[in-house]
Amino acid sequence: MAVATVSPASSPTSPTFDDHVARVRAGRLKRSHRATFAVVALLAFLVALIFAMLMLGNTIYPVSDVLAVIGGEDVPGASFAVGTLRIPRAITGALAGMAFGIAGTTFQTMLRNPLASPDVIGITSGASAAAMLGLVGLHWSTSATMFFALVAGVATAAAIYLMARSGESTGGRLILIGIGIGAMLDSVVAFLVQRAAEWDVAVAMRWLTGSLNGSRMEAVPPLAISILVLLPVVVSLSRDLNALELGDASATALGVRVDRSRILLVLAAVALACFATATTGPIAFVAFLAGPIAARFVGPGVSLVIPAALTGACLVLAADLLGQFAFDTKFPVGVITGILGAPYLLLLLVRNSRRGGSS
Amino acid sequence: MTASAVAQRRAPASTVGARRHLALIAIAIAAVAVAVTLSLSFGSRPVSVPEIIDGLASWLRGQTPTELGPLAVQKRIPRTVLALMAGAALALSGALMQAITRNPIADPGILGVNTGASLFVVCGIAFFGISSAFQYLGLALLGAMVAALFVYVVGSIGAGGATPIKLALAGAATAAALSSVVSAILLPRANAMNEFRFWQVGGVAGANWSTMATIAPLIAVAAAVALASASSLNALALGDDVAVGLGVKVGRTRAIAALAGVSLCAAVTAAAGPIGFVGLMVPHVVRLAAGPDQRWLLPLSALGGAVLLTLADTIGRVIGYPGEVEAGIVTAFVGAPVLVIIARRTRMRAL
Repeated sequence: MAVATVSPASSPTSPTFDDHVARVRAGRLKRSHRATFAVVALLAFLVALIFAMLMLGNTIYPVSDVLAVIGGEDVPGASFAVGTLRIPRAITGALAGMAFGIAGTTFQTMLRNPLASPDVIGITSGASAAAMLGLVGLHWSTSATMFFALVAGVATAAAIYLMARSGESTGGRLILIGIGIGAMLDSVVAFLVQRAAEWDVAVAMRWLTGSLNGSRMEAVPPLAISILVLLPVVVSLSRDLNALELGDASATALGVRVDRSRILLVLAAVALACFATATTGPIAFVAFLAGPIAARFVGPGVSLVIPAALTGACLVLAADLLGQFAFDTKFPVGVITGILGAPYLLLLLVRNSRRGGSS
Repeated sequence: MTASAVAQRRAPASTVGARRHLALIAIAIAAVAVAVTLSLSFGSRPVSVPEIIDGLASWLRGQTPTELGPLAVQKRIPRTVLALMAGAALALSGALMQAITRNPIADPGILGVNTGASLFVVCGIAFFGISSAFQYLGLALLGAMVAALFVYVVGSIGAGGATPIKLALAGAATAAALSSVVSAILLPRANAMNEFRFWQVGGVAGANWSTMATIAPLIAVAAAVALASASSLNALALGDDVAVGLGVKVGRTRAIAALAGVSLCAAVTAAAGPIGFVGLMVPHVVRLAAGPDQRWLLPLSALGGAVLLTLADTIGRVIGYPGEVEAGIVTAFVGAPVLVIIARRTRMRAL
């Protein structure tokens, strides 16, 4: 604030170059302190949520039992409930949240629009349509369906990207085309659900809303590996990502290879979103919310990738805890995030438009 | 009448334009006739032309034929009528919304209107146990209007007004939010879920006369209002300042036309479920052939929409044989590529 009000032209003794350098450096240091603090706080919150996920349930186990199970000891009762049911659920939730968070913030930053997360612009619709086809149409096994969903999601994104590519202002066009393709794929989903046998409908709907029910340890490694491989890619490109936020022309001027960076980022983000969607179903709004919420914590001027990943994980776990224990009916996590996300979405829509937004 | 008066006042070029427009109207009416014939003849039992005539004739006399061919034709009459009515209403609605917002992608489906209607219908099924067509209609109408108004207001706040991207994002995001509310309501209620999933796919297969009779007056009034406001909408296309200079009450014109547009698509959504993309693509195709004059664009769009939806329904019956693919799915598959083309061609800001 103070920095903004003191303008060099109006002050009697104009500050020297060194003063400016010192001030910029101090600002940078302050921002990075704030960001570091935010990341540590998010991490602590995430660990707390994971422990809550492991302790709570039909039977509440103390921390000592949970730690014993994690340590590999055999605790009667707890070994099954915590080891077989709750640990996969918590890990899957955290990983899926991370993947959604990274994917969402990457798209939002790259397309310069907080509304342009992969779930809004139709990329996860491709994965959903494929999964519905596999689950209720062809009755494939879960793992075959997941793989199919992944391939379809990446193919959808590739199709949208290629169709949007020619000419200038790719970002805006990408959003419009994505929404159109998404609408088409959603009608496929509705068609498949309508054709499904009645006993499949509940399963299909549950998957379509995004759920951690039935999480198994076997599904964790693919998701974990994809995050381990792709997170460094996105982080290493995050400088380019911030430059892309200034627009293609400015990014080019800053020495960013716009097309190459964009393709790599799109691929990484889409793959993450699709891995997560294939594992848990499209958990509404996590990709969309993680970035903006993380931005509030860490403040301006730092990369959002890692804070958004942590925020996404926290969102999914917190929503799943709410869905499991807050109501008479157990709601899948996607319903909770969808309903919690709605008011924030409205706020963001209004604020974004008022600021002018992306055209 | 006004059209011919203006045509007389203008240079010979407009006379040629008028002749061309009349020719287009004739072509469109012929296309409607062809679409109706196709719709009556295709299905799980193919019928011959004499059987169609026989079926129609006995239907007009109020008889039920004993042979299968004419009987099949009679069974296809309600859905054909609904397809004509719904297609015309949707295309007219799309043309109106595009004119009001001066936005090439305004379409009831994209603006989240369908999801608004869905939410209200689901609430009705789940909490109030509604089942009559009239209740469905009322709730869907209300939901569609609320959603359309909301999306438009949110999409037009800020600099530049309702740009295509802002509107589309507001619509998509609102639809996403509303549909998770819909699933929250549905998940614990297996019965409602079962009922809803059939409503969720738009189609005209379940057409019946009483539903159509309920929505027909609304559609007729809204269509009349729309056609009557055509010349004011032409003035709006020149920009608000010029329109005011021409003596058009801008705010009132917009409000009336918007109300008509939303009523049209809401009525269709109530009767046939969500059918997307008809309102988006028909006016664009018509504009390519007939130019931007609303006095021709609106009626031609209505005819074109009727043709499109009737054909979509017929195609759905042919490719889905022995079952059928709902018209709403066929239009989505035809319409999404059209949206892609529009998005690639237009400069992103405005029409």
